[in-house]
Amino acid sequence: MSNLKLSQGASSHSAYDLRDPNAQAEERHTLAVIVDNEAGVLARVIGLFSGRGYNIDSLTVAEIDHAGHRSRITIVTRGTPAVIEQIKAQVGRIVPVHSVNDLTVEGPSVERELGLFKVRGTGDKRVEALRIADIYRAKVVDSTLESFVFEITGAPEKLDAFADMMRPLGLCDLARTGVAALVRGN
Amino acid sequence: MSRTMTGARMVVEALRDQGVDTVFGYPGGAVLPIYDEIFQQNQIQHILVRHEQGAVHMAEGYARSTGKPGVVLVTSGPGATNAVTGLTDALLDSIPLVVLSGQVPTFMIGTDGFQEADTVGITRPCTKHNWLVKETDRLSETIHRAFHIATSGRPGPVLIDIPKDVQFAEGAYVGPEDVAPGRYQPERHGDSVAVEKLVELIERAERPVLYTGGGVINSGPEASRLLTELADATGFPVTSTLMGLGAYPASGKSWLGMLGMHGLYEANMAMHGCDLMINLGARFDDRITGRIADFSPGSIKAHVDIDPSSINKVIRCHLPIVGDVGDVLTAVLALWKSRGSRTNGAALADWWRQIDGWKARKCLSYRRSDTVIKPQHALERLEALTRDHDRYITTEVGQHQMWAAQFLHFEGPNRWMTSGGLGTMGYGLPASVGVQVAHPDALVINVAGDASWLMNMQEMGTAVQFRAPVKQFILNNERLGMVRQWQQLLHGERYSQSWSESLPDFVKLAEAFGCRGRQVSDPAELDDAIREMIEYDGPFILDVLVEKHENCLPMIPSGKPHNEMLLGDQEAAEDIGSAIQDDGAVLV
Repeated sequence: MSNLKLSQGASSHSAYDLRDPNAQAEERHTLAVIVDNEAGVLARVIGLFSGRGYNIDSLTVAEIDHAGHRSRITIVTRGTPAVIEQIKAQVGRIVPVHSVNDLTVEGPSVERELGLFKVRGTGDKRVEALRIADIYRAKVVDSTLESFVFEITGAPEKLDAFADMMRPLGLCDLARTGVAALVRGN
Repeated sequence: MSRTMTGARMVVEALRDQGVDTVFGYPGGAVLPIYDEIFQQNQIQHILVRHEQGAVHMAEGYARSTGKPGVVLVTSGPGATNAVTGLTDALLDSIPLVVLSGQVPTFMIGTDGFQEADTVGITRPCTKHNWLVKETDRLSETIHRAFHIATSGRPGPVLIDIPKDVQFAEGAYVGPEDVAPGRYQPERHGDSVAVEKLVELIERAERPVLYTGGGVINSGPEASRLLTELADATGFPVTSTLMGLGAYPASGKSWLGMLGMHGLYEANMAMHGCDLMINLGARFDDRITGRIADFSPGSIKAHVDIDPSSINKVIRCHLPIVGDVGDVLTAVLALWKSRGSRTNGAALADWWRQIDGWKARKCLSYRRSDTVIKPQHALERLEALTRDHDRYITTEVGQHQMWAAQFLHFEGPNRWMTSGGLGTMGYGLPASVGVQVAHPDALVINVAGDASWLMNMQEMGTAVQFRAPVKQFILNNERLGMVRQWQQLLHGERYSQSWSESLPDFVKLAEAFGCRGRQVSDPAELDDAIREMIEYDGPFILDVLVEKHENCLPMIPSGKPHNEMLLGDQEAAEDIGSAIQDDGAVLV
């Protein structure tokens, strides 16, 4: 290596300040992207991910400021630290993007997802489904004599676990919103 | 104060307010109202092209040779889709363009109407930004914003899709001064702590190199002047990418020549062996780096770029500075002077001795001939005979392009127009027309290959119609020369589909277009032919029959690092077909 020796933290964007830049292990990051709510803005963001070969684990979008026409896109993505840095830079330079915040780095943050689970069954299985739903604090939002629709809110892992529990009990359909996330504290 | 007018008139009004003097375009059903407005005014000149791809490349040539954005007007559907290659080309080479396209009326959008295409959808990934304007009241503001976005930060092409009913309807026009400054204001000034760090590195460097790119040109002529000042103040060697040629004068004493796959041996060896690499407005393209793992292994890398996404994209850099090259160089030079900085003179002298050793390899030497014109010789003669002219060069893509980059010398920015990132065959002829329109009295030469030139040869009609005296300097080897070279290197000399049969007679073709042509095959007649081309008062096609199987060298074979270049004198000695191994063969 060169004897020029650049000290750590030499600049605010130095590669030295990144977590191990050569790490090959993929990390999961939650990005909050504030955008102008204009036609095609979601297509721009999604097109960037598909065009450059990045992963999307989950994506949610809704307008958060009607007067200012701003939407918040929450993207859960996966990649090596170098890829995550590149994703943030690429998303950040899309013209209608106001800001890109990496909640995984800026955290701690809360992540919540809403899921609707339809479970079909009778007898013991039906009773068991209702009991487990109670443990998970799921709400019954629709019921027939042979089925329930449960509504559950929580971290994605909680919804995954709930799905695993319900599968042998007759889980036949589910819908999930994807992750919404905010940094904790002020 | 706003005035009421139709959308079509707004287009012309907004272009005029933006200082546009030339539009390259082609009419059609969905832009007829705008063409009607163009008919009724004289301030903006319209250049009627023969194909919309030609219009976009002309606008690129115009933009790159003037520093002003190029403007294109096309119709809906095929008009817009034909523009896509040019838009992608401009995106990859960061050329500011504003493309206006017609669209079917808003009430027909989505019905698969005649000449309807999802233009904003198709062009979303090949523009910096685009808009579909659905209300006439928003049109003028959108056009003004489009100019701002195309020209600020990292420049690039933008597109505005305008439905026909929006062109007919009336709305309120606002001038550029009445549009609120948008949120899009990229950072121009580099971080001052990082600038100071860079100056410290410059003071201590023992084996430095300035690696400059198209960003220096895009920053404006002042950035080129500052680069020269920095090179003079430090005595650091300067190399440049294909896109950056001319930013530092080729006659300057620090000039190493172009680097990269077909760059000069001394430039690539300096990149490989340096201890401080200062990247100014370049992006570590794969044509530059060769094998990433072995790219300049011992150096501290500083990277100045206005686009944060260029930083650490390909090569991890130690000292990133996000900002405009010109602004950052101003800050660096100011600090350099105020600190009374000095370089490590003794080490630098050693470094130059090493570089002079590499220069002594004379990597551009080639076997000369009295019987057949060598393409390198043709370019040497072109350089010698045009050097003193007010000269602009465009190129197509392939061997001739690399030879032109090696053998032609540029003393200033904006004189060299070539398709670098996308490598678009068919770029050079229309680009030369665009340059000539912007500089009517200059000598504009398109260095071309026979195959590339045919791709947009219809634009000779445009050149003749608008009396653009462009010179088409075709190095005719009856081959797709670079494809053939790679087939020789990689595919056992099986020359699959890489020769041009049934080539037209270029001299007769020139006559058919209403201009002049000449064919030359005897090296003894070459100078006379070049002189005739220069002196002819009008477009000219010079068909130079050159050596058919000449290879473009030196070359970093794909998958190899900078210090494993293939040089001209090795070609004869070894089996050139073994230069690339399997792991390199999958690369482009």
